[in-house]
Amino acid sequence: MRVMVIVKATAQTEAGVLPTEELLTEMGKFNEELVRAGVLLAAEGLQRSARGVRVRFGGGQGTVIDGPFAETKELIAGFWLWQVRSIAEAVEWIRRSPFMKSDEEIEIRPVFEAEDFGPGLTPELRAQRDSRLERIARN
Amino acid sequence: MAAPQVQRAIDAVWRIESARLIAGLARLTRDVGLAEELAQDALVAALEQWPVSGIPANPGAWLMTTARNRAIDQLRRRQMLARKHAALGAELEMDQEDSHMSVEAGADDEIGDDLLRLIFTACHPLLPTESRTALTLRLVGGLSTAEIARAFLVPEPTVAQRIVRAKRALREAGVPFEIPRGAELQRRLASVLEVIYLVFNEGYAATAGADWMRPPLCEEALRIGRVLAELAPAVSEVHGLVALMEIQASRIRARCGPNGEPVLLLEQNRAQWDRVLIHRGLIALARGESLGEIRGPYLLQAAIAACHARAATPEDTDWVYITALYDELVRLVPTPVVELNRAVAVAMAYGPAAGLELADRLAAEGALRSYHLLPSVRGDLLVKLGRLAEARSEFERAALLTHNARESRLLLDRAAACAPA
Repeated sequence: MRVMVIVKATAQTEAGVLPTEELLTEMGKFNEELVRAGVLLAAEGLQRSARGVRVRFGGGQGTVIDGPFAETKELIAGFWLWQVRSIAEAVEWIRRSPFMKSDEEIEIRPVFEAEDFGPGLTPELRAQRDSRLERIARN
Repeated sequence: MAAPQVQRAIDAVWRIESARLIAGLARLTRDVGLAEELAQDALVAALEQWPVSGIPANPGAWLMTTARNRAIDQLRRRQMLARKHAALGAELEMDQEDSHMSVEAGADDEIGDDLLRLIFTACHPLLPTESRTALTLRLVGGLSTAEIARAFLVPEPTVAQRIVRAKRALREAGVPFEIPRGAELQRRLASVLEVIYLVFNEGYAATAGADWMRPPLCEEALRIGRVLAELAPAVSEVHGLVALMEIQASRIRARCGPNGEPVLLLEQNRAQWDRVLIHRGLIALARGESLGEIRGPYLLQAAIAACHARAATPEDTDWVYITALYDELVRLVPTPVVELNRAVAVAMAYGPAAGLELADRLAAEGALRSYHLLPSVRGDLLVKLGRLAEARSEFERAALLTHNARESRLLLDRAAACAPA
């Protein structure tokens, strides 16, 4: 399965304060671990919201609103895409990250996979698969 | 922490740590089977203690220390029984060294080498293929017997037996725990890549219509492949295999139609292709090609897959380059199937007549006599050349050769469409 690991913004990130050399080195090592484990799919840091915009839709119109945006804790500062076998595995990985020493909160969300969308595994095929698994389990 | 949460956390730690743990222990004990037992013992200890003491800050180190102590105890016990042997003196010294070594002392290189040794051992060519795949998924992937059984849709006892026999075979053959050298390395590497790609195809090629896809198997194979690419970054075929798998996996969502029928590459909705995986595949391909070696079969297949991945629409496909790649591939892997794929590419690049010439040559050779795709391809090319009567009989022949009911119907439809107006 895949997960998106969401790093929330802080007053620091919103102020455009760049991470210290020490933190960058630690983060680099952590990312290397993820790469070596075949887990890391993608990783990006987002610039502060002052550099971004929002497009608010309504009444057939899209209005552009310039950042910065107020609710810091709801803003995203960066994300990873990981390939893991379970949410628990993602949790275990994040415990090994530099975030362990911080006060921050990281959110982990599963990505919709092909199977979740339904087509591809018709009800007939699903039934076929399940009955085969059942027969194997009984033997 | 509540019990089920701890259990899940310990499972996750196992998934992350078990391969390295077993690898490190295998170096100590020189026996992969024993290494796994010791690792499992450490896991049992963790299951007993961690719910009470909490998960340690460095779970990998904890497991390694626990297992290592047990290993040293066992070795000492064996040594006490065989005290007469002179060689033992040296072994005992080595053990004393090991027991004083701090767990963190293992440099990353050492751990990496151990993991590489483990991968080579699990994929040893003396083992039958199913045993290699089961052993690799178990020791390197950290999957349980039940998970492997479920993934391959075989009974659990069958998988358990395969793994037991595999370990015994390795022990009895005295397979050394090492990274092969020289000419042996090429052969052993080919075996490793074969195992990984086999696992991948088990999940990928099982398209709906006859069976169903099993993406988790593709994910396992990809993950092991990526690990290998970091352990052996100077081997271009490893990057080639990873690139091929990433790009093929990028199409999983597009390969099935709404009724579960397989959708051919050229008919797939490219908006459903996973761009993250394509991006990764192209990077892996570049990594492999940048090593400057002559491209091997995996790298060539990856390059072909990349041509499709880069094309926004089927019309944008660089068939001329694909043909050149097949020209190279056919020299390395001169099988009729590769020749047929080449004929298709030639037709797309240089016109149906050129492709048909190659297909006709294959038909004359007779090697693909019972392969439905040969008449199917010939039928296709004959249609493009306006030779409808011949095309019809080719499609009818193909329909008879295929085992898949749905495909047979499609081919008969195509035959009917060739009927004279």
